[in-house]
Amino acid sequence: MAVFLDKNSKVIVQGITGREGLFHTQRMLAYGTQIVGGVTPGKGGTNVEERLPVFNTVKDAVDATGATHTIVFVPPPFAADALYEAYDAGIGLAVCITEGIPAHDMLKVVATTHGMRIIGPNCPGLVSPGKALMGIMPGHVFKEGRVGVISRSGTLTYEIVDGLTKAGLGQSTCVGIGGDPIIGTTFVDCLKAFASDPETDAIVVCGEIGGSDEEDAAAFIAAHLPDKPCVAFIGGRSAPKGKRLGHAGAIISGNVGTPESKLAAFAAAGVPVADRPSDIPRLVAERLGVVA
Amino acid sequence: MEYQGKELFRAAGIAVPRGHFSRDARDVGEFVAANPGSWVLKSQVLMGGRGKAGGIKFADTPEQARELASELLGKVLKNVQNPDGETVSALLVEEKVAIASEAYVSITIDRSTKKPAVLVTSQGGMDVEEVAANDPDAISTYWIDPAIGFSPFVARRLAFAAKLPAGYHKQFPAVVGGLYKLFMEYGANLVEINPLVLTDDGRVIASDAKVELDDNGLYKHPELAAWRNESPADEDQAAAVAIGLGMSNYAKLDGDIGVIANGAGLGMGTMDAIRNAGGAAANFLDIGGGAQAELVKKSYQLVVSDPKVRALFINIFGGITRGDQVARGIVQALAGDDLRKVPLVVRLTGTNEKEGRAILAEAGMNPVETMDEGARIAVDLARA
Repeated sequence: MAVFLDKNSKVIVQGITGREGLFHTQRMLAYGTQIVGGVTPGKGGTNVEERLPVFNTVKDAVDATGATHTIVFVPPPFAADALYEAYDAGIGLAVCITEGIPAHDMLKVVATTHGMRIIGPNCPGLVSPGKALMGIMPGHVFKEGRVGVISRSGTLTYEIVDGLTKAGLGQSTCVGIGGDPIIGTTFVDCLKAFASDPETDAIVVCGEIGGSDEEDAAAFIAAHLPDKPCVAFIGGRSAPKGKRLGHAGAIISGNVGTPESKLAAFAAAGVPVADRPSDIPRLVAERLGVVA
Repeated sequence: MEYQGKELFRAAGIAVPRGHFSRDARDVGEFVAANPGSWVLKSQVLMGGRGKAGGIKFADTPEQARELASELLGKVLKNVQNPDGETVSALLVEEKVAIASEAYVSITIDRSTKKPAVLVTSQGGMDVEEVAANDPDAISTYWIDPAIGFSPFVARRLAFAAKLPAGYHKQFPAVVGGLYKLFMEYGANLVEINPLVLTDDGRVIASDAKVELDDNGLYKHPELAAWRNESPADEDQAAAVAIGLGMSNYAKLDGDIGVIANGAGLGMGTMDAIRNAGGAAANFLDIGGGAQAELVKKSYQLVVSDPKVRALFINIFGGITRGDQVARGIVQALAGDDLRKVPLVVRLTGTNEKEGRAILAEAGMNPVETMDEGARIAVDLARA
């Protein structure tokens, strides 16, 4: 999906010399992602993995490498600042893995960084199988194909993608939008991109309790995606009201964010909702008119 | 709790009723003796609906105040939403005001628009969710433009749109402005006044206050750390943090099948799978990414320490989490002397699954292939 990430995207890693940054940089390189350098203030002029230059600032990195993408592995108190720095340096897409960023920090970030697409925070990243991976997802579960996947979860996504891959239904791009209440890229943002992507024939929307992103997605699908079959899943249907389960965004507050509301929205849009992750490949195959 | 919210409100310039915080019945009596008049004794609890549950009493004399206070302190308030009840350990003794009218105002984060939303209705003193369900037009909403923040016109817009009685209008900008200042300063998820009372003598005061803070923002406000109290949710959080998990990575639930998974989505998915198989999860537990054996062992111990757990399902799909580390953690937990033994089913897939399964096989364990299968077996084991 050329809109977000492809083989030619030049990626830098903010926090590249930290434990998480370094570990995942190695895995991303192994997948084939075009990582051109990284940023750790104070370590400019050094290298990691022998050939990757480290810079002191994002601006230096962008000036030297022409990078357009960044992935942020920075602890919560410093993550908003890292995103501002990327925006200021002209980065076009930032993946923020960090979990634990205060919601108010993100409110300000999303309000002031229009023009830079932010994926996350608190997300596993995104992958265009066979092309590039920006994130912490395990590359081996993905397979190149024509099913788009959008998800709020990390490991549950691997579970779902694994099922699709084993059923012969490869993926065009898988976007982990993250588990926080305030995120940079929503289901609708991804659906818009998939709608005009000639390499995507069907879309799987993996939602969960909390918020109304799934309801917005259902409405968008009904209005704008008549020709691309969609299948949905909603995690946390068994969760009690009011309890936050891991993801800051996975909480039912009053009437908002209930599984019932999401089920109703998808039903109204004609989108089948799988009862369990293992049902998804069959539903996708049925909608595509193929044998899984 | 209410008294905490009101302290913050007072500091933000929002008028609150005169009040006195106390954990002691004698102290309550002495306060009323020193301040003759009509007072309301309000149980300080987190649950909603405390009035109907008998948590609010009225006293006109010091003796009455002391008697009612000693009745309330230590009482367990129960209702439909809180069947297990909440114990009253503190009271707020507040002036009884003559109410002419009750309104509602809150500020919350609207996830769809990614802006703060100010909500106002003239139907105060009620469950705002009921108002939203029965009479949605009665609620006026304004989404704050982050570049502008609060400006008094916002309060006027809302006051007129919600048709608040005229007596509110002059003071309303100060109320909403103060609320917004609080919301932004503490990075709150929600600040709410319900009811915002217009008194007979023309005062506008916040009769009940609620502030919900963002757990992720607490590190910025160490001064509020002292307010963390002993509610069950906080116990779960403390237990999680004590073994090295994130604050929201462990929560007790109502069922009898223990759950350990890597990742919140997979954790919830596992709970759902158990329900699909006819059972109910005893807890949610997310070991996070890349957990080492030690953390897995401690998580195991934590889950089975809950006596209602009759079986345990460990569901791992490892990306950065390694199967061999998880397997080692399980084996180490089982080797411990004081571990309560419950039937166990393990599903181990992903990174280093071969090594992990070998370690489990050596310990006589046979992991399953799929989440659905594991859930089914766990349900059967719990029923046995």
